[in-house]
Amino acid sequence: MSDLPRNQHIAASGVIAAVGITLAYVSFTQEPAGAFVFPRLIATVFAVLAIWTFVKALLGRTRVGHGLSGQEMRNLLPGLTVTLIYAFWAAKELGFYTATTIAFFLLLTLYDPASHTSGKTWIKRVMITAGFMAVMYGLFALLLNVFTPREIFS
Amino acid sequence: MEFLFYLGDVFTPVNFGLLLLGTIGGLILGATPGLSPTMTVALMIPFTFKLEPQQGLILLGAAYTSTVAGGAVSAILLKIPGAPANIATTLDGHTMAQNGQGAKALQLSFIASAIGGLFGVFLLIFLTPVLATWALAFGPSELFWLAILGVTVIGTLDSSSVVKGLLSGCIGLWLATIGFDDIMGAQRFIFHPVLGGGINVIPALIGLFAIPQVITMFAKGRANVDAEIILVQRHPIGAAFREVFKRKRALAIGTAVGSIIGLIPGVGGQIAGLVAYDQSKKMSLESEKFGTGHPEGVIAAESANNAMVGPSLVPLLTLSIPGSPTAAVLLGGLLIHGIFPGPGLFTQYPQVVWPFINSMLIGQILMAVFGLLIAGWAANVARVPQAIMAAVVLGLAVFGSYSVQNSIGDVYVMASLGLGMYFLERFGFSAAPLVLGLILGPIAEANFMQGTMIANATVGQATYFFTGGLNWLLIIIVVTSIGYSIWMELRQRRYTTKEDAQA
Repeated sequence: MSDLPRNQHIAASGVIAAVGITLAYVSFTQEPAGAFVFPRLIATVFAVLAIWTFVKALLGRTRVGHGLSGQEMRNLLPGLTVTLIYAFWAAKELGFYTATTIAFFLLLTLYDPASHTSGKTWIKRVMITAGFMAVMYGLFALLLNVFTPREIFS
Repeated sequence: MEFLFYLGDVFTPVNFGLLLLGTIGGLILGATPGLSPTMTVALMIPFTFKLEPQQGLILLGAAYTSTVAGGAVSAILLKIPGAPANIATTLDGHTMAQNGQGAKALQLSFIASAIGGLFGVFLLIFLTPVLATWALAFGPSELFWLAILGVTVIGTLDSSSVVKGLLSGCIGLWLATIGFDDIMGAQRFIFHPVLGGGINVIPALIGLFAIPQVITMFAKGRANVDAEIILVQRHPIGAAFREVFKRKRALAIGTAVGSIIGLIPGVGGQIAGLVAYDQSKKMSLESEKFGTGHPEGVIAAESANNAMVGPSLVPLLTLSIPGSPTAAVLLGGLLIHGIFPGPGLFTQYPQVVWPFINSMLIGQILMAVFGLLIAGWAANVARVPQAIMAAVVLGLAVFGSYSVQNSIGDVYVMASLGLGMYFLERFGFSAAPLVLGLILGPIAEANFMQGTMIANATVGQATYFFTGGLNWLLIIIVVTSIGYSIWMELRQRRYTTKEDAQA
């Protein structure tokens, strides 16, 4: 058994087993049946393997996977929040370049080990963000002609 | 010798410029710990949309080759392998650098990489057309089993748990069924409107390989990069060449092991490097020197991990079965240009495939030349704070996945899959079989359905799918790979239990 608390494995494999069972149910009940022949095959194997994994977790016999420690969760939570807001809301609502600038700067601020009290550090962060955005604009807007959602400032 | 006819195509200004760009960029990115060759190639795909298929593949192929070799820079100078393929290089390479032989270790590594890589690409050149002709014998049932073989071999050999590896493959196969069914036109598993058109492979690849790396960097918190770069002293290049050819046994073992392992789907560069290192040590007259900064250790490991690059593309180009996660990403690069690899590739698209293979040949030489020139400088990339790396990769992932179809839905798919993959990885699941399932799913389903229709009209399903020499050969390989992996897992568990008891 890995050093991970058993309940983390149970929870994770339980979710996967639930997904497997749901997919198997959907595959066997949806019409037209002909369109679900291959998905049924996959969903059956999926469900069997997922239940096997769940039972092993319940019995405490899971040997692979380290899960997440409390410290890791605390570390990744701010970055994950910024990522989710950026990808699922800000990119579309604020525009790609505005949202990326804000997300990039926030992530630098959150995870840069340099001191937050030094003025030099802040100037450096602004410069890096500006440099990155210039490269992204050059690559995607000018070189690849990618039309991104309308910016709030445009 | 058809490849010679297309050799000139590599030297057109645009193609050669892209080859240089891919090689130099790949070397720098390869030297960056945390940026794997697969992720680098996946992030580069969006930049190939505007290019001709031939040009796009040259860029991706050059990046693939040089990121594997570039990983040796940080392995030698920082003791941090740039990619899993360079793990074996750290064993003697870093000790050489600590002993003041950093430049020599880098030179040996790039020369050995180029020689191993050239041999691997020649194998690709001469083996692929032969296998492509042989592959014409494959019907729907054989292609179905071949796709299943691709998923199960990677699922079992690439994962630390057979069940979780196979489960990852199933998740990938299921993801591939999302969207409209091609034959009946029915909706399948469309839980959200953005899934209406199915899951686009490129955003999925970017999410599955890039986002877990980004979150892993977040999980480390505000950590300082405390890697100390060893200064590189000058070393005559001629002496390095003489040293490599003096150690021909290590070079031959590394090249042979890498080439053979490259041909086996699912067994990546990491295994190639470690097996070559181990075999070279066993067969060396100076085996006691291994681990103390012995040049043979570097030569064997680096020649092996680059020798596997060419052969890893053989199953992809002949049978549409990617032999490695990076080959799967390259398949994505082919598909976006409307090119389906397989037996007909060399007759339908010789103007694309031969310049691509030739560019890998020339790329090996360029990689060695530029590697030797920029190695010391490239190591500084490893000092870039993780915060910047994470933010840059995230930005590229969002823009890259959006640019595939100018669709915000692709960004949602990329982010969701990436997030899910991070948590799956923490619980022992692996991205490689999932990606293979996603890519091979449509091939498996199309051939399964086609085979079922033929079977229903002729001999029946069981007879159609379970008879015939080729079907049985493929089924036996599938069962053997699963059985072998279970046996290895049980054996390892027995040893672990015994050690625990003794402790």
